Amino acid sequence: MIDAPNVGLLSLFLASILTSNILLANFLGTCSFISISKDFKSSMGLGIAVTLVIGITAAVCWVVLYYIIEPLGIEYLSFIIFIIVIAGVVQMLEMIIDRFSPALYMALGIFLPLITVNCAVLGVILFMQIRKYNFPQAVVFGFGSGAGWWLAIMLLASIRRKLDANNAVPAGLKGTGITLVTIGFMAMAFVGFSGMIAVQ
Amino acid sequence: MNPILVGPLTVAGISTVLALIIAVLDKLLNNYGEVEISINGGEKKLKVKGGSPLLGTLAAENIFVPSACGGRGTCGACKCKIVSDVGPHLPTETPFMSQKEIESNIHLACQVKVRKSLEIELPRELFSIKKYKSHVEKIRDLTHDIKEVLFSLDEGEIEFVSGQYVQIVIPPYGEIKESVQRAYSMSSVPSDRTHVELLIRLVPGGIATTYVHKFLKEGDALELVGPFGEFRVHDTPAAMICVAGGSGMAPFKSIFYNLYETNAFPEKEIWYFFGARTSNDMFYLDELRKLQEKWPRFHFVAALSEPSPEEHWQGDTGLITDVLDRYLQTKVPKNDKGWEGYLCGSPGMINACINVMKKNGITEDKIYYDKFA
Repeated sequence: MIDAPNVGLLSLFLASILTSNILLANFLGTCSFISISKDFKSSMGLGIAVTLVIGITAAVCWVVLYYIIEPLGIEYLSFIIFIIVIAGVVQMLEMIIDRFSPALYMALGIFLPLITVNCAVLGVILFMQIRKYNFPQAVVFGFGSGAGWWLAIMLLASIRRKLDANNAVPAGLKGTGITLVTIGFMAMAFVGFSGMIAVQ
Repeated sequence: MNPILVGPLTVAGISTVLALIIAVLDKLLNNYGEVEISINGGEKKLKVKGGSPLLGTLAAENIFVPSACGGRGTCGACKCKIVSDVGPHLPTETPFMSQKEIESNIHLACQVKVRKSLEIELPRELFSIKKYKSHVEKIRDLTHDIKEVLFSLDEGEIEFVSGQYVQIVIPPYGEIKESVQRAYSMSSVPSDRTHVELLIRLVPGGIATTYVHKFLKEGDALELVGPFGEFRVHDTPAAMICVAGGSGMAPFKSIFYNLYETNAFPEKEIWYFFGARTSNDMFYLDELRKLQEKWPRFHFVAALSEPSPEEHWQGDTGLITDVLDRYLQTKVPKNDKGWEGYLCGSPGMINACINVMKKNGITEDKIYYDKFA
């Protein structure tokens, strides 16, 4: 049905975490990345939530894309439809977690509903559409990108904790300023992975 | 099919399917069956349906934990101790909790969902809080945005202390699909046990105040829950320095007329500062001036902050904080009985007045206030 790229699932998974990290290579989902990373525990919760949501919505949106949008020829509406699906899935996920794992629900707290508007989620789904992944690839790419986002926010949260502890940042750079500079360095560091696996 | 219709229909179809799934999931998942809430070590046991916040669940069983915001998690009033483990505090609860309260398992009843049988502790006074059926006997416009509403209780009598408040239960109306509760100080005197009078100022966009100002008519039935609150006159010889603005008049009206009727705390001098912007915002002027004439220990100071020349305003002018400062420094007699502060109004006014009072030597533990949230 679709002309899927010839790429192994494991390399796709590693590539979406390292070489084309959704955050550090594509700079998607930066707003919550910057604001939440100041707290290590919240970063953990948000990372888990983003991974879950991207993985699940990628799978659901793949089905919607190839069984509803393409057959009907309404690709021009795919953005709106994806956004509706993301919102719906997040809502369901919230109810399911609330029922079956109150502890995780408490840990995720307000972050779960906030993910509805995280652009990394929509970004991953659009990449999946453009790159014409098949279903297993879409799911692996989704979870991989989520894991990549999670890894990036944990790294940044750790760096910020060290920066705060040292108290060596000049006053004018404190907060968002030094965070943006740090993200830039992290992105450059991640470029180092780029020779390893290439996925487009 | 017409290609123009395909897009909208698909979007509508997908939204409907998602909404249906969410509705079904909600029915299936949010069903916790019947659970038991045990209060004060088994003193009272309630069999309730799980799945809703504790505050509403208790209210359905006629136990009314005080809540000024009606369960939105913004006032922090509905604190109660939960003995069973309900997990860590939510980010919506922690801003209202001290470290000590968190350690002793105090939660906000509106933020705790009843998922299983619970054991909780409540002050015994709460059992005496009742829901009263009432109807509106009279509505009077005091200013362009403040109404005086007199409720007549249909059955039973209310016992309260001047300064306490009740919550009125606003039924669903117009766009508002759920019943909400909002707190208002009683301006009537406790000796009238079959009536409750409230002063309600229109807050633009406010659910309850819009209802009262635009929909409520004389003769309408409405439910009241109460009495709640710790704001009251303290039994000391110190002079009362009372400051209010707008509908903050309500508890003081009740307090003054009650003191006048009963002549309680005869040693107390009473100074009442009431501030408004223009004379359009001023009310009860004649009543309070009459009270002042026949009651020597009551001193009433009304101040306008922006009187226009054509109003011919005779009283004090200036911000109420400046007027208060001026009086405390020059007019209010200083003696060894000391002063106590009583404040009711917006948080901004209260904070400003606390600063003025502290500057004039009233310590913070002697300043009592009722903040509107």
